[in-house]
Amino acid sequence: METQLIVSGQPIRSRFFLGTGKFASYKIMREAIISSGAHIVTVALRRIDPQAKEENILEYIPKDCIVMANTSGARNAEEAIRVARLARALGCGNWIKIEVIPDNKYLLPDNAQTIYATEVLAKEGFIVMPYVNPDLADARRLRDAGAASIMPLGAPIGTNKGIALRELIKILIEEIELPIVVDAGIGRPSHAAQAMEIGAAAVLVNTAVATSDDPVSVARAFSLAVEAGRLAYECGISPIRESAQASSPLTGFLR
Amino acid sequence: MPKTFYDQIERFERFDFAAFFSRVKPEDVERVLAKDSLSETDFLVLLSEEAFGCLEPLAQKAKRITVGNFGKVIQLYAPLYLSNYCENDCAYCGFKHSNPIARKRLSLTELRQEAEEIAKSGIRQILLLTGESRAQSPLSYIKECVSLLKQTFSMISIEIYPLSVDEYAQLIAAGVCGLTIYQETYDQRLYAQLHGQGPKSDYRFRLEAPQRAAQAGMRQINIGALLGLAEFRKEVFLAGLHAYWLERYYPDIELGISFPRIQPQVGSFSPAYPLRDRDLTQAIVATRIFLPRAGITISTRETKELRDNLIGLGLTRLSAGSRTQVGGYALSDKTEGQFEIADTSSVETIRQMVCRKGYQPVFSDWQNGMNRA
Repeated sequence: METQLIVSGQPIRSRFFLGTGKFASYKIMREAIISSGAHIVTVALRRIDPQAKEENILEYIPKDCIVMANTSGARNAEEAIRVARLARALGCGNWIKIEVIPDNKYLLPDNAQTIYATEVLAKEGFIVMPYVNPDLADARRLRDAGAASIMPLGAPIGTNKGIALRELIKILIEEIELPIVVDAGIGRPSHAAQAMEIGAAAVLVNTAVATSDDPVSVARAFSLAVEAGRLAYECGISPIRESAQASSPLTGFLR
Repeated sequence: MPKTFYDQIERFERFDFAAFFSRVKPEDVERVLAKDSLSETDFLVLLSEEAFGCLEPLAQKAKRITVGNFGKVIQLYAPLYLSNYCENDCAYCGFKHSNPIARKRLSLTELRQEAEEIAKSGIRQILLLTGESRAQSPLSYIKECVSLLKQTFSMISIEIYPLSVDEYAQLIAAGVCGLTIYQETYDQRLYAQLHGQGPKSDYRFRLEAPQRAAQAGMRQINIGALLGLAEFRKEVFLAGLHAYWLERYYPDIELGISFPRIQPQVGSFSPAYPLRDRDLTQAIVATRIFLPRAGITISTRETKELRDNLIGLGLTRLSAGSRTQVGGYALSDKTEGQFEIADTSSVETIRQMVCRKGYQPVFSDWQNGMNRA
């Protein structure tokens, strides 16, 4: 039996978090959330339009999910802070994923600005989940600034390249006591399983689910891979070795 | 860092495009197709006549890149013409100074009526346009319009005469998020012929406008060439290079490219280099592969059928329910349009078309409160 994920003192039902962008419709998005069993879903505040005549995305998110607004579009700390406050004012609650992205080509985050925004928002009572490049010194600064979790990217957003930054993420998992949630770059269920096997607390996926031909089934596949990877991590799977090891060793007679 | 994109234009002044294109072989196109990130030479290869032979694999790749970067989503917006007073005399434009048409500038009361009519369709992203007349539509007037429209729309962009850095900053402070400005043609000699008089005759001031807007902190910047004025392969190449240059030196902007095409069968101006549908399609897919993150827009100058088919190949934004007259949405004394529109479908029809293609129409992708106060 897996241990329960706790973020900011709150038990979280699933270690699979789902992003809600890029779906062909809100209906498909909703079905994907349900089929995966995701408990935490991220929503870009820029897509929430309280005055819209069109459907409101929030109405399609199951009521038992935690909506974590994200600051998509923020180019610096000041903008991220403003977006977070606006999200709370619009009824999105206290959970906020900070994305500060001053680079629209690679969509890589700005760690220094993210740390500053984290410090300000944590003091205001937000549960802050910062999206960052996996850097140990910065992760410590985020922890000290009051982050509830740290969300390093596995590979650049939308690339589906998997856990390209594996060694750096492993260091965060070993050194930082907060839940490490691998966000971005996870393109297939096997990538998600790999992240969980090295000890990630959860993974967040969006593009690979939303842009697949069958998002509802693919979301479920990811969720199962996350569960399998976590179980493997907790029960301690055998290490990978450089050479074969016979199950009947040649030197067994010496015992 | 080079100081301005004008240096790049000079670099290509004497480049023999025709000779380059004639040397492209099918294996060159295949080599480019296999690459992850393209050089400027690779982009030229994809714009060659030879590359048309590989249009299907190019389109497949363009679709993968677009869906990966933007998802199954199409943004919808509407143009809103504030004024048709203009001091320029561009041969291709219905608002040209010498055209004996009724001139009009919306009063704020009229603007409110137009805004209410557009908002009824669900549109929340708007592009404000004026002719080039600082006397008739000064910056102060545009700021007033923006302040009024902020109450109704979540994202306001402008397509007006080029401004200084400080003027762009003033409009951003007023609530403007995006700039659209087309160079019309990147060919300096042709540009001088087409824009001999009026403030628009300054090629360089117009070329450097997107850079000034970026320096002022503009969030979205959309550029392009008016297709049909000159040989499209060179024009699309230089527009793409312009975007690439802006993306490199101003990485925090959301960059877009539009493909406005002068339709020979629509309106009175005959383009010297008309583009076929296949040319426009090749231009769009080549640009998408060269610039994976760029927004791509086509307007209601194109037919509904073509727009329908181009969704999925690279497009990320469509104008919908457009009127190109001043007062075109709600007023009885509307003017002549700036150009004839080919797709006269309502916003609702476009919305349904986007949904049928398996894409989500997005009406709002920003909130006023997210801007700097």
